[in-house]
Amino acid sequence: MDAQLLTYLFVGLSFSLYIGIAIWSRSASTQEFYIAGGHVHPIANGAATAADWMSAASFLSMAGIIAFEGADGARYLMGWTGGYVLLALLLAPYLRKFAKFTVPDFVGDRYYSSTARLVAVVCVIFISFTYVAGQMRGVGVVFSRFLEVDINTGVVIGMAIVFFYAVLGGMKGITYTQVAQYCVLIFAYMVPAIYISIALTNNPFPMFGLGSELIEGGYLLEKLDGLSAELGMTAFTSGTKSTIDMFFITAALMAGTAGLPHVIVRFFTVPRVKDARISAGYALVFIALLYTTAPAVAAFARINLIEHIDGMVYQQAPEWFTKWEDSGLIAWFDKNEDGVVQYRGGNAMSPAAPAFTQGEGKFGQRAVSNAASENENELYIDRDIIVLAHPEIAQLPNWVIALVAAGGLAAALSTAAGLLLVISTAVSHDLLKKTFRPNITERQELFYARVAAAVAIGIAGLFGIYPPGFVAQVVAFAFGLAAASFFPVILLGIFSKRMNKEAAITGMITGLTFTFCYIAYFKFVSPESNNAAHWWFGISPEGIGTLGMLMNFAVSAIVMRITPPPPEHIQQLVANIRIPGIATTIVAAK
Amino acid sequence: MSDKENAYWRANIRLMLALLLVWFLVSFGCGILLLDFLNQYHLFGFKLGFWFSQQGSIFVFVALIFVYAWRMNHLDKIFGVEEEIPGEAGDLSGSAGQIDHADPTKREG
Repeated sequence: MDAQLLTYLFVGLSFSLYIGIAIWSRSASTQEFYIAGGHVHPIANGAATAADWMSAASFLSMAGIIAFEGADGARYLMGWTGGYVLLALLLAPYLRKFAKFTVPDFVGDRYYSSTARLVAVVCVIFISFTYVAGQMRGVGVVFSRFLEVDINTGVVIGMAIVFFYAVLGGMKGITYTQVAQYCVLIFAYMVPAIYISIALTNNPFPMFGLGSELIEGGYLLEKLDGLSAELGMTAFTSGTKSTIDMFFITAALMAGTAGLPHVIVRFFTVPRVKDARISAGYALVFIALLYTTAPAVAAFARINLIEHIDGMVYQQAPEWFTKWEDSGLIAWFDKNEDGVVQYRGGNAMSPAAPAFTQGEGKFGQRAVSNAASENENELYIDRDIIVLAHPEIAQLPNWVIALVAAGGLAAALSTAAGLLLVISTAVSHDLLKKTFRPNITERQELFYARVAAAVAIGIAGLFGIYPPGFVAQVVAFAFGLAAASFFPVILLGIFSKRMNKEAAITGMITGLTFTFCYIAYFKFVSPESNNAAHWWFGISPEGIGTLGMLMNFAVSAIVMRITPPPPEHIQQLVANIRIPGIATTIVAAK
Repeated sequence: MSDKENAYWRANIRLMLALLLVWFLVSFGCGILLLDFLNQYHLFGFKLGFWFSQQGSIFVFVALIFVYAWRMNHLDKIFGVEEEIPGEAGDLSGSAGQIDHADPTKREG
């Protein structure tokens, strides 16, 4: 069967599986809608957390980024896994003991303040929408390339699926579809990686294949560094970012991961404190499987790209090459007009992203209006296509190519659903029930949760259809803001009994304002000065959340000492969430 | 908090700090600060610093969480602060009851 038909088959089968699970696991109460009734098995929660967490960015973009940046890609590998250590040791067990529904719930109750709750709600909604926009775009890209439907139709189909199981099933439906989506996405990621690892190194474990010898002799990484040097590219095993920037970015991603509301809320769904601890471990095992494979996929892809593409006669280019060119994600600028693709270091054109004209070049390639750059490189490749294109580059069977499309969709949809649930909960529970309309019944609250989820899906879909030009820019916000706001406030709320509402509010506002202004200045106000010479201490906007977090800690530490301690019942609440075997909520109820 | 609970909390903090020290050493230490120094050594086909930053630290992270869960469950037992098992596995009647208590309007619908 051809790849197109197989893709329809796999995507169709996986979608009917998700819908089937959604029907089987409908939610009947707010407790089921918000936290799946609180009785998810720790291993199931681990798999759901992994799918919730691993988005289109992890599945589609990360290996591509590593393929082009080499050693610098480590900030994502360490940052997005190291955060789970913080989550497991510092936050998850205590938040589970606290036994509520949302992150603003914790902030509002622990700091006995509806102002703090509102600040938290605003952060949750902002962070989650930023994130969800990227997922919808990922869905659109997969649909347009593999199913050859219009990107907008792709987004609408994706929305319809998420709508079905998020609105109907709530957290309960999402949890079990995420378990299924994890299985689909990890299978889709590993199969091509294993194929290619065996083809290159004869090692069936891609994560170890990366450090193995090639079948033709010599270590893979040494060969790759040698090839890269010949072509004037940065060696795969060395980076270009400064040590301090790597340090700050990695720290911001770790603290941000631990502070992301859609991840934290997953730990409310397991029955006991000890389940929350071990569940974080299972989640990281499931995540590590993909994350330790990603650098191998990146290295394999870079070798295959160099060997298959450099020196290729354009008119004999394989079908995948011209298809991606049609999608505008590959561009070839024949600088020396010899009809042969030269793949070298540096950007092929200026500006780096191609602006296609209607015309065709001498050899039938799509013409661009960009200026030629100084170097010899003639090829532009969008990083996001590496994972999707790699099976085709390596000439794997059609069913593997189809599988990758289904996996990419699973990754994007599972994360989108988790985020949309957090948004709807923030609206129905934190804004309506807890703040503006405390008298609504459970049935009404559940109804509002469903309405909010439906509206949020609509907005997310609009972001996917009309992607705001700043999506890529604002993703840096999500982690920076989570690191500078939620992480310190939750951490201090658990580990310091002296921490009070004044310190929490001033700390959050300091961290948020500083981080927001720094990123906004370099991304929007003065993008031309966004370079190491202008950054504070050489820290890029990507890593500034760490500094914002340190400021938050510092301000909180000072303010809590000069303002009155929190009331007695709050101090008692903190004492109780630290000990697994004591009832918490009796105190919380005052 | 009682003396027993204070002792439990201190033991928890000690374990946590020890594990976080390892967490810091493998990621920020070996993977970033000592990267160039470690890169002069090799582990199979990997430069050592490169391996820590791309894979090694992740393997250690996984191990840290399992060690934490295992040691904490042990501490829960010695100090006798384990959570009561809420009936049969998966039955949450205990905490559902608490939530009702905290919020009497919850079960109206």
